[in-house]
Amino acid sequence: MRVLVTGLGTFWGSRLAQQLEQRDDVEIVVGLDTTEPRLPLERTEFVKADSSYSILARIVRATEVDTVLHTHLLVDSTQASGRALHEINVIGTMNLLAAAGTAGSTVRKVVVKSSALVYGANFQDPCVFSEDMDRTRAARTPVERSLLESARFFRDFAQDNPHITVTKLRFSNVLGDDIDTVFSRALHMPVIPEVLGFDPRLQFTHEDDVTGALLYATTHDVPGIYNVAGDGQIPWSEVCAVVGKRRIPLPPLLTNWAVEPLRIARVLDLPPEMLALLRYGRVVDNHRFKRAGYRYRYSTIGTVDAFARGMRLERSVGDSHPSYRYERDVESFFRHSPAVIHEP
Amino acid sequence: MRLSRGVPERSDRPVPDPVPDRPGAGRPEPRAPWAPPPGVTAPASPEQEAAAEPDLGLSPDSATATGRSLVPLATSTESREELDLEPPDAELRRSDVDAWGRSERARALARSLYDPLYRYWFRAEWEGLENIPTDGGALLVSNHAGAIPSDAPVIMHGIEVELQRAVYGLAENLFRALPVIGTLWSRAGGVPAHPDNAYRLLHDERRLVLLFPEGAKGTGKHYRDRYQLRRFGRGGFVEIAMRAGVPIVPIAVVGAEESMPIVFKSKRLAKLFGIPYFPVTANTLLFGPAGLVTYLPAKFKLRVLPPVHLDAEPDQERYSRSRVMEESEKIRDQIQVALYDMLRARRSVWFG
Repeated sequence: MRVLVTGLGTFWGSRLAQQLEQRDDVEIVVGLDTTEPRLPLERTEFVKADSSYSILARIVRATEVDTVLHTHLLVDSTQASGRALHEINVIGTMNLLAAAGTAGSTVRKVVVKSSALVYGANFQDPCVFSEDMDRTRAARTPVERSLLESARFFRDFAQDNPHITVTKLRFSNVLGDDIDTVFSRALHMPVIPEVLGFDPRLQFTHEDDVTGALLYATTHDVPGIYNVAGDGQIPWSEVCAVVGKRRIPLPPLLTNWAVEPLRIARVLDLPPEMLALLRYGRVVDNHRFKRAGYRYRYSTIGTVDAFARGMRLERSVGDSHPSYRYERDVESFFRHSPAVIHEP
Repeated sequence: MRLSRGVPERSDRPVPDPVPDRPGAGRPEPRAPWAPPPGVTAPASPEQEAAAEPDLGLSPDSATATGRSLVPLATSTESREELDLEPPDAELRRSDVDAWGRSERARALARSLYDPLYRYWFRAEWEGLENIPTDGGALLVSNHAGAIPSDAPVIMHGIEVELQRAVYGLAENLFRALPVIGTLWSRAGGVPAHPDNAYRLLHDERRLVLLFPEGAKGTGKHYRDRYQLRRFGRGGFVEIAMRAGVPIVPIAVVGAEESMPIVFKSKRLAKLFGIPYFPVTANTLLFGPAGLVTYLPAKFKLRVLPPVHLDAEPDQERYSRSRVMEESEKIRDQIQVALYDMLRARRSVWFG
């Protein structure tokens, strides 16, 4: 298997590349991103690219990859402007699929990491979303719009290229020790925001299940769209109880304006899609991916428990993760210098 | 790990009947899962006395008349085909808020608060309770009335107390958008009326689901139109029952119309507030603003009609529209006939 990973500079991409490197059936791993990898990698080749991947077609031709792992869809709208979201999610996806689908392309499998954000969160929603349901209200935030637009590209791509296995995973909110999400930031606050009078049901996916699910889709043939979320659901009030913190209510009216001072003061940025979740919540049906053979390591409650344990450890010992900085010369020395002895 | 706020672990498991730890309370023998209906509400059975105590369902032994756990959780997953993939329930939820946002503790509290109203204000009287299946899913369908409908809580409360089966009430999604009210409504067993929600409740979890096909057209009608059934939507409820493969149980309710009659409707104000109807009720004329929450003490009579088994293959992509409309019309007729029959027998609005 010759694998191309996009978004190597993100948590998802780096973690996934680490796991792929350990597999014997993976010949090469090529990683692509605008930023450098966050975790030490053994044999992954990192290529620095612009955000819309205009050089992708050349890389695909040159390396003859057969599997493309598209982890670089931004879902955290606090990390990028609306314009950047469009560039990365829409234009990036377009270029990626164009490169994978050109005549003579060796690509046989595309796995995408998308988000349950595409379902939105609205009071008219069904209590459980399954994969073939549509959202009940048109998307208004840039991140949701860009994800929906990229979803259209994937649908067309899968139709036009029946010989390529296209798997799309829609992850619900991710929590874990290493990953930084809107939810983990909110839970790290001394008091946790809630919308007054609402106690939504939420679902969480553990970061290990994120890499686990992506790896599973890479190594198995599971075409189609799948929701990925820990079993069960949990009310927001209970999440706060598990991490052992008080809640502070936000006004139910004009909530978007009420959180603006927090954003300006750089205390906490709660994007509109997060506020909608704190109001109506979202639960997705994860049975299809289970039927496809994937076994979750964490349930929703297990994810929150694990996260709370990680937070307690952090309170005692601080951020214990060894920091890593990518140095181009060092990395290329270890990979390509004749002086380095590679184990067979 | 224990929650900091003292959520009892797995309070919703069907526990063996606890030993009465307050000898004075006179805990009654728990009613059999299915007891023949007490044709009329016999005044002051021991159960009612227990319910009349100022026991708000908060103390751990509040499993008195109304506080029994109603949700047999074991059934919720058994009907799924991939039972082996389903982790044990204890790993999926720690509090008693279920997948629908319903909390048995909140429901028990609501029941103990509502019970006096049910017994002494509306004096609800059932007939034909044996028509409600004691297990398996069924779609309960009823006429709808009262500016702020009083029939839904009476039906849910009645069935839960008499039959010890949980009832999920489907209602307008708009509830969910309201702070506090939406959360309370959901904890007390309200579910947004979405076809997929109904299907999952009926088919996957085999629950009793209550639905009012008239919707706001029923509650928003003028007092002079009382007991005249409105259109039964587009027959969606028949389609849901066909798809889920469950029977429809029609219920005719007399009394809700008089508990909060609409004497005047303002189209202009309704438009202004963006709500389906803006009613002026007899209650607000009599009691002022307190009339918004005060019902008139109309006598409630409820008749459960024999279940309608729809002869249709479940889980179809679509069903014949004419067949659906035909069944819907038949059920509407049945309820209308039953209503007229009950009204013929009624001597007094207040005393039945």
